[in-house]
Amino acid sequence: MEILVCIKQVPDPTVEVRIDPKTKNLVREGIVGVINPYDKNALEEAIRIKESQGGKVTVISMGPPQVKESLREALAMGADEAILLSDREFGGADTLATSYVLAQAIKKLGKVDIILFGKNAVDADTGQVGPIVAEKLGLPQITFASKISVDGNILLVDRHLEEATETIKVTLPAVITACKELNEPRYPNPLKIMKAARKEITVWGKTDIQVDAAKLGLKGSPTCVLEIFSPSKSTQVKILNGSPEEASQALFTVLREDKVI
Amino acid sequence: MNFDLNEEQKMLQKMVREFTEKEVAHLDEKMDKSGEFPYELMKKLADNGFYGIPYAEKYGGAGGDELSGALTLMELAKGSMSVAFTLATHWVPANALNNFGTEEQKQKYLVPMLTGEKLGAFALTEPGAGSDSAGIVSTGTADEDVWVLNGNKVFITNGGVSDIYVICVKTDKTKGAKGISAFIVEKGTPGFSIGKKEDKMGCRGSSTTELIMKDCRVPKENMIGNEGEGFKIAMSILEKGRMAFGALGIGISEACLSVAKKYANERQAFGKPIASFQAIQFIIANMAMEIELSKALLQKVASMYEKGEKCGTEAAMLKVFTSEMAMKAAKDAIQVLGGYGYTRDYPPERYLRDAKFLEIAEGANEVLRFVIGSTILRG
Repeated sequence: MEILVCIKQVPDPTVEVRIDPKTKNLVREGIVGVINPYDKNALEEAIRIKESQGGKVTVISMGPPQVKESLREALAMGADEAILLSDREFGGADTLATSYVLAQAIKKLGKVDIILFGKNAVDADTGQVGPIVAEKLGLPQITFASKISVDGNILLVDRHLEEATETIKVTLPAVITACKELNEPRYPNPLKIMKAARKEITVWGKTDIQVDAAKLGLKGSPTCVLEIFSPSKSTQVKILNGSPEEASQALFTVLREDKVI
Repeated sequence: MNFDLNEEQKMLQKMVREFTEKEVAHLDEKMDKSGEFPYELMKKLADNGFYGIPYAEKYGGAGGDELSGALTLMELAKGSMSVAFTLATHWVPANALNNFGTEEQKQKYLVPMLTGEKLGAFALTEPGAGSDSAGIVSTGTADEDVWVLNGNKVFITNGGVSDIYVICVKTDKTKGAKGISAFIVEKGTPGFSIGKKEDKMGCRGSSTTELIMKDCRVPKENMIGNEGEGFKIAMSILEKGRMAFGALGIGISEACLSVAKKYANERQAFGKPIASFQAIQFIIANMAMEIELSKALLQKVASMYEKGEKCGTEAAMLKVFTSEMAMKAAKDAIQVLGGYGYTRDYPPERYLRDAKFLEIAEGANEVLRFVIGSTILRG
């Protein structure tokens, strides 16, 4: 089983991210990059499938050289190979341009049975890259996977929806996006850490994969972010007077109006 | 000279930190109150490859260096001294086997210890011999192809919860330190039993017990090194244990700093956070300075061990300094938290009780000051 996991390095979600009110950019100073949490679920599932079915897990990411740290962490969790797609011309890519480069790199890899993504990245929250890659490769896609069972070259996948769980059967190859209900990601293993730390990570630039320069980076990105800002926090205090009964009734009305209950 | 951690040390530190925050820290208060050994949590450490971090891959270790081992203990100690101390103690008999054991002994005993199947303990101290460890009176007598061990050991960490014990006894009463030999004793060996479990002031999640040997027969091949080399082995591995103690002291001091810093920034007095008062700032500054200095010395000691240099004096300095720093940091954290710090609702009073242990064990600070002083005066 050839399994590919696409991961993204995102600012540590446990640290509050600030936006510079002047430049409208994320203040990246002092913020550590980590593997997008849902991508870790995707990776964990890939490793589990490899452990039960045999095969190989390759992890791939697009980004600047510091993304190697996240790829090494993926190796330390149990991935076998890691590839970084990095080139100045890939910079500034939106989801379409990112998906294009990923799809071209996946084509270069050749035979892949399962391609896993996280359901979305916690920084930009679009959830588009997995589905776009699936379209570009002409593969079936199953999003929001919360359970995967393997039976030969057929997968049974539970989709975690808001009000229900949908079970889908798919013949491989296929693209699947993972949600946190899928599994509990393991910690990197010390022995694998020592090996991953010393391992050279393969880097592919634009000349290493077949790409049309017009579809790369900023040039290839139709999305234009006009403005980004932190939501203003406003709190209002309302005192509800009267007897306990009256105050409770008033509180009930307010909560109803605000659709809290 | 380079003080940067290398890639593997950084990755390992990050992993242990995350593991400690998610799996360990929230259990420490419960362990402290119940005094129960955290079997399940130690199993989790074992399953995640913690038991063999600073040992060679060919014996089931992770192939990490000395500093990787120390960083592991430091990060774990931030969440739980008991757990960090249990692991540090496990590495003491592991070092005896790793540095002095035969290939057969390593395969039979060291490998399962490093892969996490078995926990280990080391026993030297007796009711009448602590700092004066050459004065032990338990005995080993040769009887055909076995050694017959008799006597009692006290204050043995990981006692009762270990599978493999390395025990020092006198095999020649006429020879003092040179009459001591070290033996591997497996749990369940006839004549070997666990005595009283100590009800300790701190590190209450670690198990400390008495060991009783009553005509306990162990095969001849279970002697580590040669007859009469037990004291030399013990001194060598206990010396290395001082580096581990340094890491524990730094870890707990960092925990103290972290609690004090958080509280100082949140607690308001006279209309502003107490962190804005110089009295508090000085306390925090002193804690941070000592921690930073200790880390530099820890790196130096780890690097000396890594290169195989003699560093008994430096390791002793590290142990004495960090244990006293940890006591001071805990005392100061209590002071910053004021009345709250004196209650069991906040962790500093636990840190104080845990830290006190570091001044007593692995060579009492007085003994180590004597070692440091006499070495310097001789040199």
